[in-house]
Amino acid sequence: MPTSWTDFLPAFWDGLEVTLKVTAWGAVLALVVSFVSGLCRLSKLWIVRTVTGVYVEIFRGTSLLIQLFWLYFALPILGLELPKLTAAVLAVGLNFGAYGSEIVRSSILAVPKGQWEAAIALNLTPYQRLVRVIFPQAFVRMLPPFGNQMIELVKSTSLVYFITMADLTYQAMILRNNYISWTWEILTLLLVFYFVISAGIALLVRLLERKMTAGRV
Amino acid sequence: MWDWNYAAEILPELLSALKMTILATFCGFGVACVGGLVFAAAVRSRWKLVCLPAKGILAFIRNTPLLVQVLFLYYSLPQLAGISLSAFMVGIIGLGLHYSTYLSEVYRSGIEAVPKGQWEAATALNFPRWMTWWRVILPQALPPIIPIMGNYLIVMFKETPILSAITLVELLLTAKNIVSQSYRVFEPYTMVGLLFLLISYPASLLIQRLEKRMNLQERLPAAAGQTVKKKEVSP
Repeated sequence: MPTSWTDFLPAFWDGLEVTLKVTAWGAVLALVVSFVSGLCRLSKLWIVRTVTGVYVEIFRGTSLLIQLFWLYFALPILGLELPKLTAAVLAVGLNFGAYGSEIVRSSILAVPKGQWEAAIALNLTPYQRLVRVIFPQAFVRMLPPFGNQMIELVKSTSLVYFITMADLTYQAMILRNNYISWTWEILTLLLVFYFVISAGIALLVRLLERKMTAGRV
Repeated sequence: MWDWNYAAEILPELLSALKMTILATFCGFGVACVGGLVFAAAVRSRWKLVCLPAKGILAFIRNTPLLVQVLFLYYSLPQLAGISLSAFMVGIIGLGLHYSTYLSEVYRSGIEAVPKGQWEAATALNFPRWMTWWRVILPQALPPIIPIMGNYLIVMFKETPILSAITLVELLLTAKNIVSQSYRVFEPYTMVGLLFLLISYPASLLIQRLEKRMNLQERLPAAAGQTVKKKEVSP
């Protein structure tokens, strides 16, 4: 029997590693997908716009948990068996990528039109226009909503518990099964763990924001 | 691969589970609407003893996952408070409490959009505080935020599968039960996804139209950044 709540910490550290791994890879994938699909939705070609639009609506219209279930349990029927980590990262990345694409799209659209015209007037190539003129301005607008998304993402990784990945939530539930009389201590510890992670990320985003917007009006 | 007969066979069961999903969503939304208003008022309170703890609770709930909160309520309440509630009750309380923290922010944006002169006028008319809220501020603050509230209703609808963790038999758990009987995975989970899409996508289109009709961009500067502009720009 455990004598104090500190006895639970080793199991939590193991879970923390998995949670952070899913968070980190999921965030990287989500960011890449956000930018690619956000730019695709602004494409001149209607087919590119439509295809990405369908992707975005599907992933925004169903819930993450169902996407996770579908990727992990249903996809093997189609002959594609994914390891747990891959399924988790794919689900999280594609789900948050769909939301992120709207952030990228609206931030780019929010850059004043005169900036585009000025870039064209200066005879910049389309690539230069985007990378040197539009992105630096759009990126500042993207930071706060992306920060919020990051916190949502961390919280959403608790869902990988459903596909029995040994993350924080899973470890806590195992501990609870073994020591029922310690239920509330274990679950409180779990809440505190998540709180510390997301509060930490919120702090990091705020610092980044301050750095990025330094010297701007 | 896709068996239409099997799909048709399980459809009635899924549809009856959909009722539970929708019921939980609306009940949770009711809890969140009331809780959000309470939080919004508490944060604006002049008393530090009310305002600071409210802020702390908001930060804590917002920064922890819904799944864990629901598990906490379901498993530790009997131990801590000696009350054991049904999965449904815990589900709507958990869902409602979680989203009340988000809705409080929506209320805040609505309340802040009410011109300051309205507060001053209420003070000048010597209205008591509750009457200022009830007769002056809320009637002006609430209508513009209705579309945003609608968005959160859809978000909550999509979060209900999480409640399957505490054995609330909604769509996902029903699908899981079907799978455990028939060992056929593909159709149930795909159909659950389609059902969600079938409800949430038209609903979100409806809300977009509502947003346009209420011309949110002009009335609520705080929300303007969230509403997506439909204008096409050729890069």
